[in-house]
Amino acid sequence: MNAQTVAAAHGLRNEARRIASILAGNTHEFHDLIRPYERSAYIMALSMLKNEADAEEVAQEAFLKAFRNLGSFRAESKFSTWLMSIVLNEARNRLRHRNILKIESLDDTGDEQEHDSPAMLRDWREIPSETLERMEVRQLLQQAVASLPELYREVLVLRDIEEFSVIETAEALSISVATVKVRLHRARIMMQKSLAPQLKQLNPKRRWLSWF
Amino acid sequence: MVLDCKHVWGHISGYLDNDLAPEVLEQIQEHLDHCEICSAILDSTRNILILTADERVFELPLGFSERLHARLNAEIKGMSATAPEDV
Repeated sequence: MNAQTVAAAHGLRNEARRIASILAGNTHEFHDLIRPYERSAYIMALSMLKNEADAEEVAQEAFLKAFRNLGSFRAESKFSTWLMSIVLNEARNRLRHRNILKIESLDDTGDEQEHDSPAMLRDWREIPSETLERMEVRQLLQQAVASLPELYREVLVLRDIEEFSVIETAEALSISVATVKVRLHRARIMMQKSLAPQLKQLNPKRRWLSWF
Repeated sequence: MVLDCKHVWGHISGYLDNDLAPEVLEQIQEHLDHCEICSAILDSTRNILILTADERVFELPLGFSERLHARLNAEIKGMSATAPEDV
């Protein structure tokens, strides 16, 4: 764990050095700077736009914008957080352009009961990650993420898929840490509620060996 | 203090993030030790989140990286005549 923290700090220092170098004129280094974030940017865009071609274009636009605006990046935030906020803005602009930005009324301080009821289960048999080799399982998960309300979806994607910290998620979305926690909780419960019953019904291999 | 299940559900996310105050954690843990429903809900939530985070769920389209870097290249070359600036 400690070695990981040291490695992360080392990585950040390298990143800061690389950004300084790009700004000093070594623009080709931008390619290497963004390589670790290609996937994250695409997935964020995809989760917002729900269309692969649009997501790819928005991710490209976001990287171009990051390149053009690199001089305005401030080192007090992480590059990944800054980059993801650009992706989010680009994706929102695209949605607005498409004119399908739905106004979702979500009351963060309102009645939590209806959002916070999980699916009831008496037992849970661990579903191993090998199950993801099955296309139908991957699709179930993709659909569950896609059907979350946008405000919950963006928090879940950043925190649980991109593995941002709560603080980084708050920064990327320009919302408070408390709001991140509330939305994240609801998003996770919604995921459990929609997926647990479906995943439970997957036919496990060699089911016929089981007595119950 | 005995907690009811609904109260425990309100702390599932905090529990998974190891973000509960020690006294709350102790109460939740005690409840989980005796309640199979809440334990199953917690286990399923954790399991589902781990599956969702797996790289196989969302994949980059074929050639994504090549197309991206080609476009960046065009931009970077176009800009090399002038220094990169804030837009």
